[in-house]
Amino acid sequence: MKTFGGPVLFLDRSDINTDEIIPAKYLTEITKEDLKPYILEDLKLPGFDAKGPKTRNARVILSRANFGCGSSREHAPWVFEVNGITAVIAESFARIFRQNMFNCGMAAIELPKADLDQIFSHAGDEDASMSIDIQAGTMTMNGGGKQKTFSFEISPFDKALVTAGGWVDYADKNY
Amino acid sequence: MGKTTAEKIFETHLVNEPFPGTKVLRLDAVLCHEITTPIAIDDLIRRDKDRVFDPTKIKAVIDHVTPSKDSKTATQAKILRDWARRHNIRDFFDVGANGVCHALFPEKGFIRPGYTVIMGDSHTCTHGAFGAFAAGIGTTDLEVGILKGVCAFRQPKTIRFNVNGQLPTGVYAKDVILHIIGKIGVNGATDRVMEFHGSTIDAMTMESRMTLCNMAIEAGGTSGICMPDMTTVEFLWPFIQDEFASKEVALADYSQWKADADADYDQVIEIDVTTLQPVVTFGYKPDQTKFVVDMPDSPIDQVYLGSCTNGRLEDLRIAARILKGRKLAPNVRGILSPATPKIQQEAMHEGLIDIFMEAGFCVTNPTCGACLGMSNGVLAEGEVCASTTNRNFMGRMGKGGMVHLMSPATAAASAIEGKIADPRKYL
Repeated sequence: MKTFGGPVLFLDRSDINTDEIIPAKYLTEITKEDLKPYILEDLKLPGFDAKGPKTRNARVILSRANFGCGSSREHAPWVFEVNGITAVIAESFARIFRQNMFNCGMAAIELPKADLDQIFSHAGDEDASMSIDIQAGTMTMNGGGKQKTFSFEISPFDKALVTAGGWVDYADKNY
Repeated sequence: MGKTTAEKIFETHLVNEPFPGTKVLRLDAVLCHEITTPIAIDDLIRRDKDRVFDPTKIKAVIDHVTPSKDSKTATQAKILRDWARRHNIRDFFDVGANGVCHALFPEKGFIRPGYTVIMGDSHTCTHGAFGAFAAGIGTTDLEVGILKGVCAFRQPKTIRFNVNGQLPTGVYAKDVILHIIGKIGVNGATDRVMEFHGSTIDAMTMESRMTLCNMAIEAGGTSGICMPDMTTVEFLWPFIQDEFASKEVALADYSQWKADADADYDQVIEIDVTTLQPVVTFGYKPDQTKFVVDMPDSPIDQVYLGSCTNGRLEDLRIAARILKGRKLAPNVRGILSPATPKIQQEAMHEGLIDIFMEAGFCVTNPTCGACLGMSNGVLAEGEVCASTTNRNFMGRMGKGGMVHLMSPATAAASAIEGKIADPRKYL
């Protein structure tokens, strides 16, 4: 099973949409790898640089409510995947984006706002890093010499998709 | 306890419940376009599973960028075209016969009450106007849908909207849905079906109901759903007359999909439209809405009439009525993209195209085009568009561009005045 974790990219805003994650003009790319340079290209946030090292090194994204709203484009999870980001943690997700993540064998994890606030307090830590254990339903935040573990729930189906490596393999075996 | 429309559809289409809370449904229609389908096709080929579950239940169209604008979009079109031929998908619509998916597929009679419909496109919720459960999904769900004819869903809860009253002059389905989204927010219906009831909906045409359901996703909704009635039957009659002895028989059959009076709802929201005014968005989220009268002195560079939301004949008629004998304001570009070839042809026969062209509009072929900034009217940095489309995200119609969502009537009035304008003075 895939492991989830690594440096965290903090995107402190609600309603980050799929057009900000990957603009429609790049949807004409035929391979997922070709999407790589365009990650979060249209996202405007104070201190955020789509081309900077924090984006390049990230393995986990932390954000707020309604992450991934808008289009059904699976190019949004794909552009994360080809950039090495395999988990997004947020207060809530748009339905299609959330399902697309699990369908690709990646994780979209919801946390209560109070937990997110604690994790966001590490946004200034250069070494901010998260390790996620899908089976145990726990994630551990490391940064600024501190460590804290949070528990989360994902549905049994989503867990099965992560274990199977995605919906195509699962569906092919079961339907 | 009675059932909602979505609950009835889930119950009758259930394949199994592999885990608590996850329901795998049998699909009646799998719709495809050239942006989200080619990667699914490539993946199926790579897995040595280049098959389709039922070619008669798969419908495909090239619509987002058509005719192709460059070699990349031509390649996407070719992948879809070759695949449709290879698998004998007869309902495939290519250049000359193609139009915006959510206008074209209903026009062909492909969507029926009680259907389960998926497409790799978020505005698939449009088809709920027919009393169907219709949901946008990603490429992986589409791939499994193509291969196996099933899709997994969490059982959605339903929000019931009781929309009542006669729409005032100059106020349309677009204003109603923008008002609703403004009221409940961009995630007000996430993981929910939006079921529309009430005298306002009963009086709406199928075109208006499609406009209404089309934007359910902008509130996060899984599907918009209207109750099937005689309006639904009349619309579908050319396609179903061999299946039913009479329209009354068809209506009786379709009525099985109506929500029960004692169904259990997550929320019930009352909307009185009698005091509603023309609505427009002002920010980069579809829930940032105002009345047009509260947006004075908002200049525009372009007007765009079209899309799966408002590119139907009814929309063109409303805009043409306002534009007749008038001209675009100086320095404003007008673009009309009728949503399907049939709409374009009928608009031509009715003289609507003449009205638009005499007003100074450019009339393009049916395509999704500028709505998502792919072709045919992309904005430059700092430009503003008055648009009948569905999404006003930053950069949606072109990097640095701004989109104000509105009805075709408001767009037409804005075209004349060169700023966001109230259509009621022209009606």
